[in-house]
Amino acid sequence: MDTNPLHTEILFNIGPIPIARSVVTTWAIMAAMVLVCRLGMRGAALEGNRLQTALEVTVEAITKQLRQIVGRPDAPFIPLLTTLFLFLVCANLSAVIPGAKAPTAQLETPAALALVVFLSTHYFGVCARGWRAYLEHYTQPSLLLMPLNVLAELTRTLSLMVRLFGNMMSHELVLTIIAVLAGLLVPIPFLLLGILIGLIQAYIFTVLAAVYVGAAAGTIVVE
Amino acid sequence: MDLHAVSILGAVIAVCFGAIGPAISEGRAIAAAMEAIARQPESAGVISRTLFVGLAMIETMAIYCLVIALLLLYANPFVK
Repeated sequence: MDTNPLHTEILFNIGPIPIARSVVTTWAIMAAMVLVCRLGMRGAALEGNRLQTALEVTVEAITKQLRQIVGRPDAPFIPLLTTLFLFLVCANLSAVIPGAKAPTAQLETPAALALVVFLSTHYFGVCARGWRAYLEHYTQPSLLLMPLNVLAELTRTLSLMVRLFGNMMSHELVLTIIAVLAGLLVPIPFLLLGILIGLIQAYIFTVLAAVYVGAAAGTIVVE
Repeated sequence: MDLHAVSILGAVIAVCFGAIGPAISEGRAIAAAMEAIARQPESAGVISRTLFVGLAMIETMAIYCLVIALLLLYANPFVK
């Protein structure tokens, strides 16, 4: 039983670069999302067709929730967070397709997403407040606490990554073990649980990213 | 006892004790949220949103222990 969750499965090589399975799945998800959006918004009209309406309802619902969390309706990072949520839902639920594995169950994809959140925290923070004010907020409430503030910045990015990876990967591991112990029909309730876990983890990742970016940009007052 | 047995034991201990604390605290958090929702059903939306984020924070501790256990089992730097 080869279930090492930290092992990266290499599918093929392009020149000297090995291409892992999670990269292929990620690109397939991105292509599918772009394709669906293009199809839905091609010839977009005020009275759109079914696909356009479905896309609009989805994006509106997510954006409304995020606006409530961020607390400012015109915040420039809401499209980023909406995209993050939609991608995470697709990525977490891609394990439902037979033969596919969720890319978030490998360490690299959560690491990349956490890096995106980490960098956009600083980018939107500097954009909203300016260099001086943004750097000064690390010395709040006193200069003595600056190392702790910097440390918190790093550990929360790490925990964002490890949380998504740990949840998705541990679920996959549990499924493998159950499939080895009892293959027929027994894993089905756990597969259903996996859908729930995937949705909740996508939600949590997005909410935490919204809180971090919102706090850096000054739209959320963190106590 | 060789290094393999020690690392398996370490993984077991990490998951064992790493599950107890988060389990107790998640139970307490959910009980408090239930009480709050029962008292004020109109604020259920805000409470459950905060509860989910809080549960994720608590759960992170258990996940850390799991990651440590997996590191010990599969990517142990001291076992060749």
